[in-house]
Amino acid sequence: MKRAATIFVATIAVIAIAAIFNAKQSNRHISTHQTDSSPTQPGRGEYLARAGNCIGCHTAQGGRDYAGGRKLPTPFGTFYTPNITPDRETGIGSWTSDDFWAALHNGESPDGRMLYPTFPYTEYTKVTREDSDAIFLYLRSVPAVIQRSPAHEVGFPYNVRPLLYVWRALYFRPGVYEPEPAQGAEWNRGAYLVQGLGHCNACHGNRNALGATRGAALGGGQIAGLNWYAPSLVSRTEAGTADWQVDDIVKLLATGIASRGVASGPMAEVVRASLQYLTANDLRAIAVYLKSLPENTAAIAAPLPETSDDMRKQFARGAAVYEKNCEDCHGSSGEGAPAAYPALAANRGVTMRSPLNSIRSVLNGGYPPSTAGNPRPYGMPPFAQSLSGDEIAAVLSYVRNAWGNRASFVSTLEVERSRGAGY
Amino acid sequence: MRRMVLFALFALLTSVIHSVNAGVADTIAERVKPCTVCHGPEGRSGPDAYYPRLAGKPRGYLYNQLRNFREGRRYYRPMALLIENLSDEYLNEMAAYFSSLSVPYPAVRGMLDEARTQTARRLVTLGDPGKDIPSCMACHGKALMGIAPDIPGLLGLPADYINAQFGAWRVGSRHAQAPDCMAEIAKRVTAVEASAISAWLAIQPVPDHARPDSRSDALPLKCGNISGRADQ
Repeated sequence: MKRAATIFVATIAVIAIAAIFNAKQSNRHISTHQTDSSPTQPGRGEYLARAGNCIGCHTAQGGRDYAGGRKLPTPFGTFYTPNITPDRETGIGSWTSDDFWAALHNGESPDGRMLYPTFPYTEYTKVTREDSDAIFLYLRSVPAVIQRSPAHEVGFPYNVRPLLYVWRALYFRPGVYEPEPAQGAEWNRGAYLVQGLGHCNACHGNRNALGATRGAALGGGQIAGLNWYAPSLVSRTEAGTADWQVDDIVKLLATGIASRGVASGPMAEVVRASLQYLTANDLRAIAVYLKSLPENTAAIAAPLPETSDDMRKQFARGAAVYEKNCEDCHGSSGEGAPAAYPALAANRGVTMRSPLNSIRSVLNGGYPPSTAGNPRPYGMPPFAQSLSGDEIAAVLSYVRNAWGNRASFVSTLEVERSRGAGY
Repeated sequence: MRRMVLFALFALLTSVIHSVNAGVADTIAERVKPCTVCHGPEGRSGPDAYYPRLAGKPRGYLYNQLRNFREGRRYYRPMALLIENLSDEYLNEMAAYFSSLSVPYPAVRGMLDEARTQTARRLVTLGDPGKDIPSCMACHGKALMGIAPDIPGLLGLPADYINAQFGAWRVGSRHAQAPDCMAEIAKRVTAVEASAISAWLAIQPVPDHARPDSRSDALPLKCGNISGRADQ
């Protein structure tokens, strides 16, 4: 009992210290930037809001733009994104540009409450005050929608907001992006967009048990609450681009499809709603920065086990399923068809350690996004309705190990876990 | 000389474009392959399946349904996941393609007992004025093949599919743009009546080359999905 009381008192003390630390920090930041109110135009703000894909989270399926209400499932509970249209009651119509800056830069709401880091202020903190003001000005100009979002469904202890002070003390450092003097303007622009507004690490980073990103930035990870794996952007076995042409990276980001990759799942949404609207210069800057990232070899898979008789049987069964269902588009040697159907041979999306995205692609199919550069994409049929879990496991094991590919076999259990799983 | 250079450039460009699409037909039929896994080759799935036929349905109707799935007014997860990142223009092109197909309907099988036949026939042809239920024919056409461009035909569909739609309207999991006329009507129809109507519609033979009607009398209700456009 006495021990419990000690722990309780210690926890409160930590919260209090963290609160003081955070309060000091946020005051300092607001005071440095309060006077900086450069004039901005809504056009620039709209562009920056696109780059940050604000609309992606702040719009519900079939809902009005920026009116919030999109459900964000996470391991800590279900969050509903707020309305950020200029309605005074249910949106952010009563906010000032300082309020907006405090939220974006410091994760603080005007009523003094700390925001949950489901709002990626951990990344947006790198955005400049000037860009923050431009986005705010633009959001003031979108149609006001009266729509109140449902309350977050977050259980104990995550519903105790003051605990966020502890989280912030551990994992959050506010600070605008500081240009790297050794690098050129293009590289720095790319870094600013990737680390800040683009908040790429929110999905492509690995998260710890408390939802904070850890390890090398953009090192890949399971997307919190989504049944998708965001591949590492710094590994040659996943989605690293060190050996890509800059033009190919730009093409993938602008159109959703390039000779060496296709955007699917949440990335298809990012390309559709955000990246396809960026200027060629900004996409180039992003590509130059991504290409320059030092390779992280941590994700390279451990040696695979010897092939057993069971595996040989599964491989043969998979080959039969492939011939019947996949070969027509992806070819008898997994060579695919350029600009339409991706090659599966030597495709890192197929051979990367996590088979999750491949499982989802076979179960649910999908189209790359319609974009200006690829308005009528070819697509992949869903097979959840016509193939059993065994068949899907077999065909994926085959595809991951045919034509020179080498990766772990996929089990029926892994397939069934994804069947019917949420977004 | 300049013309020769231009010609060489053009030839190079076309050969590059050609090689890019080598082997894959640059057609809408190729592009809707993901649909036909469930809806059948040429979108002609038969009455023994769950998935509804798409071939020959009115374009506006198909387009509205695609948007309804994408925007969550109609809920069927595989559809929503498949088309979530496609543009309005592309969905409309897909709708126009399936609408343009004229493939024969498969022969129907099955019997229905006398009592259910009578219930169905009465509601389909006359409705139930006492409960403010218009007849199916009042909106879907005398031949029940729908009215272009927005009102779907009711024949050649699986009974389970039609019955499931009645259920979805009743519990509010299928919506259209307001006013949602079919949802209102479905709530006035009992589960027994809905099942009889579904079973009866599913066993009606469909004449070869049957198409949606193009003429429309005034509708008994206002429907948000009906645009009033006179196209196909």
